[in-house]
Amino acid sequence: MLLEVRDLHVEFTTRDGVAKAVNGVDYSVEEGETLAVLGESGSGKSVTAQAVMGILDVPPGRIAGGEILFKGRDLLRMKEEERRRIRGAEMAMIFQDALSALNPVLTVGKQLGEMYEVHRGMSRKDARAKAVELMDRVRIPAAKQRVGDYPHQFSGGMRQRIMIAMALALEPSLIIADEPTTALDVTVQAQVMDLLAELQRELNMGLILITHDLGVVADVADKIAVMYAGRIVEAAPVHEIYKAPAHPYTRGLLDSIPRLDQKGQELYAIKGLPPNLLRIPPGCAFNPRCPMAQELCRSDVPPLYPVTESPVARASACHFWKECLHG
Amino acid sequence: MAESLLEVKDLVKYYPLTQGVLFRKQVGAVKAVDGVSFGLRAGETLGIVGESGCGKSTVARMLVSLERPTAGSITYKGEDISRLSGRALKAVRRNIQMVFQDPYTSLNPRMTVGDIIGEPYEIHPEVAPKGDRRRKVQELLDVVPDLGLYINRYPHQFSGGQRQRIGIARGLALQPEIIVADEPVSALDVSVQAQVVNLLEKLQDEFGLSYVFIAHDLSIVRHISDRVGVMYLGRIVEIGTDAEIYEHPTHPYTQALLSAVPVPDPQARAHRERIILSGDVPSPANPPSGCRFRTRCWKAQERCTTEVPLLAVPEVFTSGPAAHPSACHFAAEKRVVPHMPPQEGGRPVGKDTD
Ligand SMILES: Nc1ncnc2c1ncn2[C@@H]1O[C@H](COP(=O)(O)OP(=O)(O)OP(=O)(O)O)[C@@H](O)[C@H]1O
Ligand SMILES: Nc1ncnc2c1ncn2[C@@H]1O[C@H](COP(=O)(O)OP(=O)(O)OP(=O)(O)O)[C@@H](O)[C@H]1O
Ligand code: SF4
Ligand code: SF4
Ligand SMILES: [Mg+2]
Ligand SMILES: [Mg+2]
Repeated sequence: MLLEVRDLHVEFTTRDGVAKAVNGVDYSVEEGETLAVLGESGSGKSVTAQAVMGILDVPPGRIAGGEILFKGRDLLRMKEEERRRIRGAEMAMIFQDALSALNPVLTVGKQLGEMYEVHRGMSRKDARAKAVELMDRVRIPAAKQRVGDYPHQFSGGMRQRIMIAMALALEPSLIIADEPTTALDVTVQAQVMDLLAELQRELNMGLILITHDLGVVADVADKIAVMYAGRIVEAAPVHEIYKAPAHPYTRGLLDSIPRLDQKGQELYAIKGLPPNLLRIPPGCAFNPRCPMAQELCRSDVPPLYPVTESPVARASACHFWKECLHG
Repeated sequence: MAESLLEVKDLVKYYPLTQGVLFRKQVGAVKAVDGVSFGLRAGETLGIVGESGCGKSTVARMLVSLERPTAGSITYKGEDISRLSGRALKAVRRNIQMVFQDPYTSLNPRMTVGDIIGEPYEIHPEVAPKGDRRRKVQELLDVVPDLGLYINRYPHQFSGGQRQRIGIARGLALQPEIIVADEPVSALDVSVQAQVVNLLEKLQDEFGLSYVFIAHDLSIVRHISDRVGVMYLGRIVEIGTDAEIYEHPTHPYTQALLSAVPVPDPQARAHRERIILSGDVPSPANPPSGCRFRTRCWKAQERCTTEVPLLAVPEVFTSGPAAHPSACHFAAEKRVVPHMPPQEGGRPVGKDTD
């Protein structure tokens, strides 16, 4: 296994109390595999990724428990120096907003080349040649002429491609892409997602794709982990989840999406609102909004049950996953 | 189109580009909207889609008289309202209200929800005399589920979805005929988005409202709209009923846009063809000559560089759903949205594994 997150807990100390942003996340990704992490705003997708990358805001953040195994070794027990070496060379991250992630006062050629100068000890000239090669690879037209341009001189789509180039520079084995196309237009979004998927296959990397767009997920992911209130509530291969969700929250999400190919009546809407992380409801965090909730749900936290009826590995954190699966 | 409540004709908005600090000299213009025409009928929803920067919000601002067009007309009940001022403008504004995209910045953080919703009555006291206002506001809040109890709270005490509903309640305060909603659900999560869209539809039925609904999410637009206009770089390139646009698009840009929409259902996905456009959207300060889409169009020919295609029903289509206005010299049908049999709840309900 390339990456395995086990029972991860992250808290933030805020003025109003302790916000439990991540409450026991389990997920894993293998080489060449794409895991999509899906969930509403505030469900803890980015915070989990930041913990994996080792870029969490500490304080106010704090890792309150769990393990993050990268190639079998727990990142949380490593020295900062070793983590820094792994970051960039072995795992890299692509952010939603490329403009703020790139340095505005350095040319893109300089920023790309620096990866090779610092990590590979290349000369400036060789590094620049590598930078042009990378820009070519992510299909920036006229890369040779544009290597001396600054980030703001590129369009949004090109900047996001440059971010991808930067993440891929050292051919890491794991890439985490946090909403890589949310800020882009639909047609440009399709370009960028295609490129990312192609390069991932080519380099056989593990990819964690964070998104709240169920459509993007279906296009590229092998498996999905659905988050709610800081936990994975359902994990399954893409096709299985669309065919028959085993958690009422996943079911609600799928039913809420308007479809392009048909004009429905009223849209299904999950009632109520996501929980306040300062006061997560006892029992199942979804119980105040769940149409299937029973007494048990208000008292007992559901563990991540294996969905034993499925021929492929999948799991659901619902006491009544069986009933949900059978509609 | 005689029965249109609102008729927009050749609407243009240029923003001057200036240079120099002392002697500001105009060196060009951002052609944000460059010849847009459409009609809105009573009780209908017209959707407007298009990518960022194509001019959707600029059109919206002109419709609600927040901005004056550089040229063109907006006719409301037979009168051109685009040049009105003073009392006549105020009267029209009452009838055409806007709901904004961003529920965070469009609400004043220092006003309570009751004050925010009641604010329009300060400007239009004729709608609700002072003594009657609190009751009016409460009535509005009652229309909007789960806000009724919170008349004295401040916007930051609400979630994004609730704030968007406050914005909608305010838009309704003056009992307008038309609501222009500029990306009202774009900032919301799917589950909350569904709640707000359902509310908009319910209010439309209840009060007989007409909507101009602007969004970049094509699925939401299809869900809510009776007719849809597709914009590219300041122009409408194709317009028609939802079935005409989604099932029988004839403009290459509409086809590319539809094909780029990620389809959640893996089975539907297997049946569709994707058109990946190369390149980025050109700058509206310097749009391509002829057809503005030609720099990204896979069908472009010599004629597209020299001759501007007009928004009209292409001659090749004489009847049927393909016969709707499309601004392309080489308009042709191409089905991009796979047709799936209708399913309960919008989701395949099969239980078997294959
Ligand atoms: N630096 C921080 N200080 C305090 N709270 C934080 C901090 N970073 C994140 N949080 C909180 O942790 C929770 C989870 O946030 P996270 O960014 O992981 O959500 P997300 O699932 O990525 O949402 P989105 O889809 O909006 O990006 C949120 O409630 C957020 O307010
Ligand atoms: N006040 C202004 N001054 C100069 N240019 C402007 C102004 N307002 C808008 N523009 C430009 O006009 C064009 C159209 O902008 P508009 O906001 O209408 O686009 P939009 O379709 O609403 O995009 P989005 O989907 O990003 O909201 C853009 O290029 C924008 O930069
Ligand atoms: S455990 Fe209970 S409340 Fe939670 S999702 Fe399952 S049925 Fe609903
Ligand atoms: S007019 Fe030409 S360039 Fe424009 S959309 Fe049609 S084929 Fe393409
Ligand atoms: Mg996030
Ligand atoms: Mg806009």
